[in-house]
Amino acid sequence: MALLEIKDLHVALNDGTEIVRGIDLIVRPGEVHAIMGPNGSGKSTLAYALMGHPSYEISGGDVLLDGESLLPLGADERAQKGLFLAFQYPYAVPGVTVSSFLRSAMNALRKARAGGTDDPIPIPEFRKDLTAAMEHLKVPRELLGRYLNDGFSGGEKKRIEILQMALLRPQIAVLDETDSGLDIDALKTIAGGISDLVGPEMGAIVITHYQRILNYIHPDFVHVFAAGRFVAEGDAELAKKLESEGYDAYLPEGIPGDG
Amino acid sequence: MAKPETDVSQIGREYKYGFHTTDKPTFSTGRGLTREVVETISAQKGEPEWMLERRLQAYEHFLTRPVPTWGGDLSQIDFDSIFYYVKPIENQAGSWEELPPDIKQTWDRLGIPEAEKKYLAGVGAQYESEVVYHKLKEELTNQGVVFLDMDSALREHEEIVREHFGTIIPFRDNKFAALNTAVWSGGSFIYVPPGVRVEMPLQAYFRINAENMGQFERTLIVIDENAFAHYVEGCTAPIYSSDSLHAAVVEIIVKPGGRCRYTTIQNWSTNVYNLVTKRAIAQKNATMEWVDGNLGSKLTMKYPAIWLTGEGAHGEVLSIAFAGPGQHQDTGAKCVHLAPHTTSVITAKSISRGGGRAGYRGLVNVASGARGAKSKVVCDALILDEESRSDTYPTIRVNESDSDVGHEATVSKIGEEQLFYLMSRGLSESEASSMIVSGFVEPITKELPLEYAVEMNRLIQLQMEGSVG
Repeated sequence: MALLEIKDLHVALNDGTEIVRGIDLIVRPGEVHAIMGPNGSGKSTLAYALMGHPSYEISGGDVLLDGESLLPLGADERAQKGLFLAFQYPYAVPGVTVSSFLRSAMNALRKARAGGTDDPIPIPEFRKDLTAAMEHLKVPRELLGRYLNDGFSGGEKKRIEILQMALLRPQIAVLDETDSGLDIDALKTIAGGISDLVGPEMGAIVITHYQRILNYIHPDFVHVFAAGRFVAEGDAELAKKLESEGYDAYLPEGIPGDG
Repeated sequence: MAKPETDVSQIGREYKYGFHTTDKPTFSTGRGLTREVVETISAQKGEPEWMLERRLQAYEHFLTRPVPTWGGDLSQIDFDSIFYYVKPIENQAGSWEELPPDIKQTWDRLGIPEAEKKYLAGVGAQYESEVVYHKLKEELTNQGVVFLDMDSALREHEEIVREHFGTIIPFRDNKFAALNTAVWSGGSFIYVPPGVRVEMPLQAYFRINAENMGQFERTLIVIDENAFAHYVEGCTAPIYSSDSLHAAVVEIIVKPGGRCRYTTIQNWSTNVYNLVTKRAIAQKNATMEWVDGNLGSKLTMKYPAIWLTGEGAHGEVLSIAFAGPGQHQDTGAKCVHLAPHTTSVITAKSISRGGGRAGYRGLVNVASGARGAKSKVVCDALILDEESRSDTYPTIRVNESDSDVGHEATVSKIGEEQLFYLMSRGLSESEASSMIVSGFVEPITKELPLEYAVEMNRLIQLQMEGSVG
């Protein structure tokens, strides 16, 4: 059960340019919040900043998980507290197999939960969880022995992101354009997998440019994000309206939307 | 990721083999090297006259050769302060229990008796200048396999030793080969008869215990026709404020159709100069493989070589060099193609951090007449911070137009994005860096027997711990 509170958050690049200019958001367990916006509006910056990317500076406001500020924490500690970011462009780690990476990540979280003592997951339990999650998300077995994201197609990378999420069981998941680069069948499987994980144990922020992923993950709230701020908020109907009318109506003057 | 910059001042690498014992040797030649020291070593061992003569010739040659000025900085080696021969115990043991408690405890701490029980076909354990324990599984003895320390081999198989000793690496090869030939002691001798395959590894472990010690083991391996053996060596030493010297010579002959794999996991403490000459000859359709992991030492200069003398011979070198603070790994490989349709592959990976310097220095030589020879060299360097350095010195000489020689080199740094990605899954910065480094060297560690791969990854983790602030 976790509550994420974003309070008047400002995020700047290391050179001082402000990208996120004051947003407020509360994510309760089981809630799905869609953040929709044109390309270049700062959506990914927001996602990275929440996870603690060192290239972004929090120039104002706070982010709290269950009342505790995440800002002093590194990305590893945020993950250990239950935050997860599904990357838009996951990075490759040559030489490290998907399976060994998954086990290391699960063990890192278990270690943190055990107060810093090693508590490795027993291999049979790991295999069982892994097999179940892979079947659910239709991840081909051969990916397990391949090096993490190395030479993976866009769809394979996204499946592995969600597989990680399924195994790491975060309390708050931030999904950064998980739908981009997916064909319709892959989108259905992956979005379905995300939807199944949302519940009393997990709330989600779904960042997207297009409405179509929201056909499979029903959002409780939709926030339109442009030029670093929320410019409109509503429910799932707002997403459909955006799809038909575009973002232009929500953009402040002088900021072009790219459709 | 609160502190993305690596804080090198925080580096405190843990070296768990840095302990030493204070056992009293039964004999030592004292500090420094003279003609008399060479004569004393030979007399102590009761050697045949020809070996003494060889030693003395090599000693004279050593004196005339200048200290090399290429590679690493050798100017600080104080040849007069080194102990060239230290005999730790009177007689070699055939069981660990026979060893003096201090020395036995050292081997227990290094885990050698345990490893022997689990997965080794034979073990030699050298402590200072002498091999104090040696054993080979009985079934291998019955198949005619010989695995002895070099001194015993000289006594028991003088003819084979005399036929091959110094033929692959003559003492005139370089200053340290001359030094080794003059004062050699210990090392391994292996002979595998035709058609015999030794499936489990034979392991030698080299331990320096005393300060300012010089260890000069001499290894000779003869793999007969269609035979196979895998030899593994490990080495560690205590941490002292003054330096020790390890200058080994390894000669290998792989006869037609035979295969030899020689794996080194070198983890000397960072006060050891490691200057080793290793060379193998691969005859017709023979295969020679060097797997060379260099993680320890102050300075290593080592370029395992393969002379492909017979048609269809294949050579392979897999090399990992990891240089941390104060370390310089000048490592590499040489493949010399002297016959048609010979092939070689060199894969070198180097990692440097905390001001360390790691490099690749290599030679591929295709002689005239080596028609259809093929060679491929891939060198990848990973530099972990701004203070560290990587060098690549490839030399390629091709005198045969009908040949195919390729060289690829890459240099990379651990990307902030890659680190962030792994940390966002809950791995600490040092766990994430270790994972990236382990992945980088994976093409080589996957070639190691499981136990050594685990050890190699553990050593890399130790190297990485404390590498981040």
